[in-house]
Amino acid sequence: MKGRKLLIEQVNIPGIETFDVYRKNGGYRSVDKAIKTMSPDDVVEEVKKSGLRGRGGAGFPTGMKWSFLAKPEGVPRYLVCNADESEPGTFKDRYLMEYLPHLLIEGMITSSYALGCNLSFIYIRGEFMWILDILEKAIAEAYAQGYLGKNIIGSGYDLDLRVMPGGGAYICGEETALIESLEGERGNPRIKPPFPAVKGLWGCPTVVNNVESIAAVVPIVNDGGDAYAQIGIGRSTGTKLISASGNLARPGVYEIDLGLSVEEFIYGDDYCRGMANGKKLKACIPGGSSVPILPHYLVSKTAIGEDRLMTYESLADGGFSSGSMLGSGGFIVFDEDQCIVRNTWNFARFYSHESCGQCSPCREGTSWMEKVLYRLENGQGNLRDIDLLAEINKKIEGNTICPLGDAAAWPVAAAIHHFREEFEWHVTNKEESQTRNFGLSKEPVSA
Amino acid sequence: MKLHVDWNKRHAEKRELSPESLAKVNELMTHVPEGKHKSALIRVLHLAQIEFGWLSIETMDYVAELLKIQPIEVYEVATFYTMFHLDPVGKHVFEVCRTGPCMLVGSDDIIAHLENTLNIKVGETTQDGMFTLKTAECLGACGYGPMLQCRFKNHEFLTKEKVDELIEAYRSGQFES
Repeated sequence: MKGRKLLIEQVNIPGIETFDVYRKNGGYRSVDKAIKTMSPDDVVEEVKKSGLRGRGGAGFPTGMKWSFLAKPEGVPRYLVCNADESEPGTFKDRYLMEYLPHLLIEGMITSSYALGCNLSFIYIRGEFMWILDILEKAIAEAYAQGYLGKNIIGSGYDLDLRVMPGGGAYICGEETALIESLEGERGNPRIKPPFPAVKGLWGCPTVVNNVESIAAVVPIVNDGGDAYAQIGIGRSTGTKLISASGNLARPGVYEIDLGLSVEEFIYGDDYCRGMANGKKLKACIPGGSSVPILPHYLVSKTAIGEDRLMTYESLADGGFSSGSMLGSGGFIVFDEDQCIVRNTWNFARFYSHESCGQCSPCREGTSWMEKVLYRLENGQGNLRDIDLLAEINKKIEGNTICPLGDAAAWPVAAAIHHFREEFEWHVTNKEESQTRNFGLSKEPVSA
Repeated sequence: MKLHVDWNKRHAEKRELSPESLAKVNELMTHVPEGKHKSALIRVLHLAQIEFGWLSIETMDYVAELLKIQPIEVYEVATFYTMFHLDPVGKHVFEVCRTGPCMLVGSDDIIAHLENTLNIKVGETTQDGMFTLKTAECLGACGYGPMLQCRFKNHEFLTKEKVDELIEAYRSGQFES
């Protein structure tokens, strides 16, 4: 079915951010259903059946993550919602929380019940302070209506829900860094194991889930995990929010059935409606800045000529040589005027800025990559620099506590792999690359 | 990286938070289990920055007193997170997103236009103390760029004309900061 929306269907209803309107439109049904008719394990079972995979980027099955949660006697467990949306290209969680705060709160209550938590947190990035106010207002309403606090809807189940802001650090989207930050510390990721499911917030078992994953629990509980699993293809089930940005005619947040073709998503009337200003597509980063870039000929088709679909598997088809990843769904599109070297440098600067500084390979490596790329972009590089970048990459990936190092290294490797001529052009056309921001803008590109 | 910090500039007269903010601090400390009140630190630093504009060493010491933790615990957190201003800033702080998706739609031009119009470089404050210009990494508005944030208010789909209007609006007090 086209245009089906499980999460953001109601976004245009006036007043949907208030409890009354949300409730009148079927809100909080999943809480009623779960608490009154299901055991916590039943809810976990439904989420497992749904095949829901973590929507924050890693794509790890949510039900399985939940089943790993240790449940020692007498020790509190925590559910933390990761609303530290800071992956460049991703702005879907913001949309969901800003317009449908009660959907997230409903998901948090149902999920907390499933996991047996009595205190849960939403960790939101500090720059979204106005959304924190929206959420706190909605939470106060939920308390007043008996959906939060002691003895929720007369069931004997207690839950407190709090919102905590970050202070502007990309790294706090990593779950152990997020936990550190929640404890009021610097956001330095922890060494795993122990995993948060065993030792997380204040040393207690903790589950950290993305906003969209938590929101998806609501339709899963309402309609059943099997119904949810019927949407999508293979192991990519359900719907996904995609944040489309870059040189598109209609950027924004779209909810799609996983399995939609990339071609349809970019050019379809229901979605992005093609490129802005009639330009041609040059490249695309389909899952946020941490995933490999795809050149135009690998965007709609895979290397073996199959249609590329918006699924975890299809976007990764071809591995690092001709594929990418669905990631967080931050879909960034480049038109023919954009310079890949400049963009690669820009993202390298981002990772260099956001590295927490804990591991030397990442702290030094990202900063060196930024410097070398800056040199190339500004016509001061030489051909050996391109290989130097590849070498730095190898020294970073796999050698750090958290995946930020990998996230910084892979996009650079992919950009060089697919656009090597453009890097070389910056070396051989030093003067031109100093005066112009874009590289091979006249290269042949397909429609 | 700034190696030379002018410590004299980082001092300011000690001021107390308003009664409303203090009430909020006390409320926040009840939101977490007994003894875990350090969790409120980032939120309290935000409250202090909203009231005082930036975080002087005295303000950080004061926050440490409020939360009954050591000053160093506040410094190490305040220096880690980029949202906290450790130097004095102007009345309005413009933070322009400069990361990839915004760059694709022209954030470089917006930053250059702001530098020219305000006659300052990124990181500087105008002579009249009205505006500080900063750049920020991805502010989560990628589909609505170029954009800037000023005191938690987003201004999106910027053009040069819109930037001019914005500066005027802030100057004339149309927006609070």
